[in-house]
Amino acid sequence: MSETTVGTRGLVFNEPLIFERGSAGRVGYSLPALDVPAKKAERLIPAALLREDIPGFPEVSEVEVVRHFTRMSQWNYAIDTGMYPLGSCTMKYNPRINEDMARLPGFARIHPYQPEELSQGALQLLWELERDLAEICGMDRVTLQPSAGAHGELTGIMLIRAYHEAKGNPRQKVIIPESAHGTNPATSAVCGYQVLPVKSGPRGVVEPQAVAEVMDENVAAVMLTNPNTLGLFEDHIVEIAKIVHAKGGQVYCDGANLNAIVGVVRPGDLGIDVIHMNVHKTFSTPHGGGGPGGGPVAVKRHLAPFLPVPTVEKKGERFSLSFNLPKSIGKVRSFTGSFGVLVRAFAYIRSLGPDGLRRVAEVAVINANYILSQLKGAYHLPYERHCMHECVFDDALQVPDNVKTLDIAKRLMDYGFHPPTIYFPLIVHGALMIEPTESESKETLDQFIAAMKAIAREAKEQGDLVREAPHTPRVSRMDETRAARQPNLRWRPKAPPGT
Amino acid sequence: MRYIPNTEADCQAMLAAIGVQSVDELFADVPAEVRLKRPLRIPAAASEADLVAYLRALAAKNADADRYTLFLGAGCYNHFTPAIIGHLISRGEFLTSYTPYQPEISQGTLQAMYEYQTLICQLTGMEVSNASMYEGASATAEAILMAHRVTGRREVVVAQGVHPEYRQVTRTYAQQIQFTFHEAGYTPAGGTDLAQVQPLLTDRVACLVVQSPNFFGVVEDLTALAAAAHAVGALLVVAVAEPVALGLLKPPGECGADIVAGEGQSLGIPMSYGGPYLGVFATLEKYIRQLPGRVVGATADREGRTGYVLTLATREQHIRREKATSNICTSQALIALMATIYMETLGRQGLRQVALQNLQKAAYAKERLAKVKGCSLRFSGPTFNEFVLQVRRKPADILGGLLRKQIIGGLDLGRFYPELADCLLVCVTEQNSREQIDALIAAMGGGR
Repeated sequence: MSETTVGTRGLVFNEPLIFERGSAGRVGYSLPALDVPAKKAERLIPAALLREDIPGFPEVSEVEVVRHFTRMSQWNYAIDTGMYPLGSCTMKYNPRINEDMARLPGFARIHPYQPEELSQGALQLLWELERDLAEICGMDRVTLQPSAGAHGELTGIMLIRAYHEAKGNPRQKVIIPESAHGTNPATSAVCGYQVLPVKSGPRGVVEPQAVAEVMDENVAAVMLTNPNTLGLFEDHIVEIAKIVHAKGGQVYCDGANLNAIVGVVRPGDLGIDVIHMNVHKTFSTPHGGGGPGGGPVAVKRHLAPFLPVPTVEKKGERFSLSFNLPKSIGKVRSFTGSFGVLVRAFAYIRSLGPDGLRRVAEVAVINANYILSQLKGAYHLPYERHCMHECVFDDALQVPDNVKTLDIAKRLMDYGFHPPTIYFPLIVHGALMIEPTESESKETLDQFIAAMKAIAREAKEQGDLVREAPHTPRVSRMDETRAARQPNLRWRPKAPPGT
Repeated sequence: MRYIPNTEADCQAMLAAIGVQSVDELFADVPAEVRLKRPLRIPAAASEADLVAYLRALAAKNADADRYTLFLGAGCYNHFTPAIIGHLISRGEFLTSYTPYQPEISQGTLQAMYEYQTLICQLTGMEVSNASMYEGASATAEAILMAHRVTGRREVVVAQGVHPEYRQVTRTYAQQIQFTFHEAGYTPAGGTDLAQVQPLLTDRVACLVVQSPNFFGVVEDLTALAAAAHAVGALLVVAVAEPVALGLLKPPGECGADIVAGEGQSLGIPMSYGGPYLGVFATLEKYIRQLPGRVVGATADREGRTGYVLTLATREQHIRREKATSNICTSQALIALMATIYMETLGRQGLRQVALQNLQKAAYAKERLAKVKGCSLRFSGPTFNEFVLQVRRKPADILGGLLRKQIIGGLDLGRFYPELADCLLVCVTEQNSREQIDALIAAMGGGR
């Protein structure tokens, strides 16, 4: 590896589980002195309902906790340390000001049941965010409640089910392309729908004919991801929507890849009836190691009566929560949604404005096509076309040298990059799905391209180096089979000798 | 734009390398007739300073717990949170990392999740925990779906002492798959009425769902409820909305619970107007393959060093698609990290001490408020940090009067229970000083 490679190794600390730290009686907290008369717990609650102790709970000081987590944090890759070319995950920069805003006491220290007249600022923010998202999607109403993308999907399919039920028949099937994310079929199943898979055509997009062949009065909806997981715009979407609507079906759009088209084209203008957005993708709320997410769902007017309660309404200058929606599917989560996440998304949208959001899409698409153009030849490209926000290669050129996608992914770590999304979409064998986002500079993209090309060379000349990667991280490849066959999901104290 | 590094010149250089004249060529697949031909109608970009001013103004319109005295709980609790939580979760390596699918470069998140799973097991007395879910209500709904997978049955019995919103969300989920829902009422003590539960429990019932402490703050006798459920082969699902109580209460796992589901917000997570929160989900080892959500397991790398991975993925949607145990593909990693830091910082003694202060302060308030003219206790059962006060005046009028003294006095229970329209649900935590409690009592018309 050359000196321009960013991946290297600093001083890395070992750190045991917290349960193996500390000693009896050590404390990390302080509590004000009790200012009411002390009473023994047994005088207030029957002893049979009480516990004496929480066996195994840690006993550590504050400094030990700080060091414990600081050391562990250093074992993580993160957007703050480098590029994350994860396809369909849109790992963009997470602005720090948004963190500060979500932590303002007027947002963080407010109770969801406090009176509406004392929550006007929060309600106004939600109301304005709904308007912004509706405009971005070209839809009429938005529910901000779903906690994540998959939760948004669930809400969206429930809305479609309620819509059909109101017409007398919930219908039985949902059409889903084989390139779809696994949550699409899982969501349909949770809602009691049978999944009808359709294949993508030779250009990597769904052909109208394929939908027309399976579309009938028993199909509740088609679920499309647009742009799709090959990074291609479903260019027959308008025609497909007409076919589905002609039979009374609904068009659901998985908005996971909205980043590529924001400000350029609006899903609502394509004939889509329902779309969920992932605010942790397009609108930059931090992934946090896997949550919290946020999955607002936008709908056309005819689905608005079925939205989950509460909705946020405005009368004159006053904002309120409305539970008065007789046809609502009900509640999908407690309280009013992941407000703290929504504050961050709102701050992001308002920081970029209309021109900034469009620029996001344009630069994300330029960055992805630049990678595509530079890696063509070094890696096999199953669909030779321009892409949108992500490009999908596979390992066909490396397999003859016995190097696979997983090996390429792991070797990238040694060069200082997070691997791309691998083995997805399922329709591309050995897929390497690369989404740079607009957050990466040309220099970083050039470093990534150089690393990918170097790995392609290594695959031919030093196959073992790639097959045994990664070499730089603190640990090497994990025995995942053992983890699944002999599940060890929690720490337990070592049995004392003699027992 | 400060978040987009590439300049127009950078973009031009890349477009030339791609072999196109302009970015429009890259969008050629988007049919021209549907493209947006005008700018989005949202406010123009705000500078950082302007953004801060706007959001501060919005925040200032809300009554926060620094300016108002809060006696409101009902599933969201105002507990003290040590400063280190905010600092540690702000480390970019935690805040801005992705789901740990690549274990070699995600060991920090993975080890923290493994510790979280262990702490939840220790706190609830259960054998296994997942790595967290969205929040309490949907976690409870997932528990019912899991009980259905385990038993193959399609009826559920839910106690009315379960948080009303958890019940509503559970119904939303259950109606998708035509579950039959039975509700069981409460006794004059405020606990679940076993006499109402018994006749509903048949061999068609997948699970009995109860909450402890329940929505009225009353501590349930879980052992008796577990026995009733198990007698017909149903599971006992225990919802927990106030996990700080488990610093003192016998854990559900020792009382016969099969699934513990609930809300972890109490464990160091800000109230934040309802979220993001933490869905807790724990069960028994024998049900491990039916567990929804992400799970972390310990294993070893090629050199035999201990490490952690996401495991049991064959349950999950990205492998199983429509046959998955749940459609969920995320956890609440950063929020679970907050709870992990909270539990580790408070530790074995601290959580118990915090729970004890909640109990004692609430008992002080409860005893004195019950003596105020026009007030009485609605239920006689033992309570933790919340209790139901029956009042002669209209609850809305009382709460309105308290607001004028900067006191948010509790929840008007008529909102969820028409038969309790003359009742207030009052919460007292370690954050409420005696001075504040005395002020509440005085404002309600009581003496010192």
